[in-house]
Amino acid sequence: MKPAPFEYYAPTTVKEALAHLAEHGWDAKVLAGGQSLIPMMNFRLAQPSVLVDLNSIPELFYIRPDENGGLLVGAMTRQNQVEHSRLVAERAPLIQGAMPQLATPQIRSRGTFGGSIAHADPSAELVAASVVLDGRFRLRSHSGERWVPAEEFFVGMFTTLLEPEELLVEVALPSMPPRSGWSFLEVARRHHDFALVGVTAVVTLDERDRCQQARLVLFSVGDGPVLARGAAQVLIGQSPTPEAIRAAAETAATADIDPGSDIHASAEYRRHLAAVLSRRALTQAFERAMSNT
Amino acid sequence: MSNLFNVTVTVNGTRYERTVEPRLLLSDFLRHDLGLTGTHVGCEHGVCGACTVLFDGEPVRSCLMFAVQANGHEILTVEGLGTIDDLHPLQKTFQEAHAVQCGFCTPGFLMTLVPFLEGNPNPTEAEIREAISGNLCRCTGYQHIVDAVKLAAERMRT
Repeated sequence: MKPAPFEYYAPTTVKEALAHLAEHGWDAKVLAGGQSLIPMMNFRLAQPSVLVDLNSIPELFYIRPDENGGLLVGAMTRQNQVEHSRLVAERAPLIQGAMPQLATPQIRSRGTFGGSIAHADPSAELVAASVVLDGRFRLRSHSGERWVPAEEFFVGMFTTLLEPEELLVEVALPSMPPRSGWSFLEVARRHHDFALVGVTAVVTLDERDRCQQARLVLFSVGDGPVLARGAAQVLIGQSPTPEAIRAAAETAATADIDPGSDIHASAEYRRHLAAVLSRRALTQAFERAMSNT
Repeated sequence: MSNLFNVTVTVNGTRYERTVEPRLLLSDFLRHDLGLTGTHVGCEHGVCGACTVLFDGEPVRSCLMFAVQANGHEILTVEGLGTIDDLHPLQKTFQEAHAVQCGFCTPGFLMTLVPFLEGNPNPTEAEIREAISGNLCRCTGYQHIVDAVKLAAERMRT
């Protein structure tokens, strides 16, 4: 099928883009990489009457270091740029662990870092990664700007805190604390399919090799990314033994998430995957943390 | 009624100027407006890879772009890879290694593989299979495609 007709704007500055959004409000949809939006438009699941194309706005494409050891990524930065960036390898290796599992190389040529986040598909790798890394998003409108923590940004299926006249312009990712380790795992039926379940973890050890902090995020388990607070409670202050990790993984799978059943997987199977992946992810993350002394 | 937009795009080294609706997909533009039917349309939602072309040197899904987005850019399609009398090494080895049956997926594979081999001239089988993981073939079972890539890589290195 082919998309329904729409008005099309290709601004060259953020200011111009925001003016279009202010004028059209809910009628306008933003076009970033188009790798999620255009399939929906081809199926006519989405029929926006106005499209604001961001691909001609150079000021949105960048990867910069911030002064605290973290990263600032312009929302339109192509996923393959992030995948191969030395700066990202140094400051946010978890992102590079996630990238090869994000669709296919051709999708990553056009798909953008911010676009995937703003689209908020529950199975999106970058959504989960931004939450587990405790990132923040800079949102701009014609009347101002605000920062929103990733933890608060995703409020439902394909739904974020973005207002219709707002644009996500930048993603800020802090560096991981010293003595930290990370992991990013997902299970999909075929290599580039949407995840059936995914788990990503960042853990930090204290000076006695006990768990000081644990962030575990599960995705494709419901309406959005789930920060597994119960699992974290099991681990904090404890030595990360296989038993502790197993207990945390069980908590994540039984108490922290409430997956539904759909044509891809039953709720039971999702819980099973969540438990297995959580155990593997935590084990790998703690191993990495141990070797980062 | 949507406005019409002027598009100036270089395809396989030739400059084209057309006027299009914004909703016209790049895949349809190439096939219908420019008559370059080598680029195929399989799924129109980005999973099959039959529509893959090079956009400013990068492999992209032409079914997931609008023609208006190509204004001012450069595209390479399978027609630009070689001619009957002067086939690209990959086209030759696809032929020799029986990597083509119905041929529907083939242009998409070729356009995916050209930049892949440029970046990785001596790939392992695992790397080849990873590189083609975004292209679906219903006929060959992929083994001969992998063979064709290995053979082409070898020849292109010498």
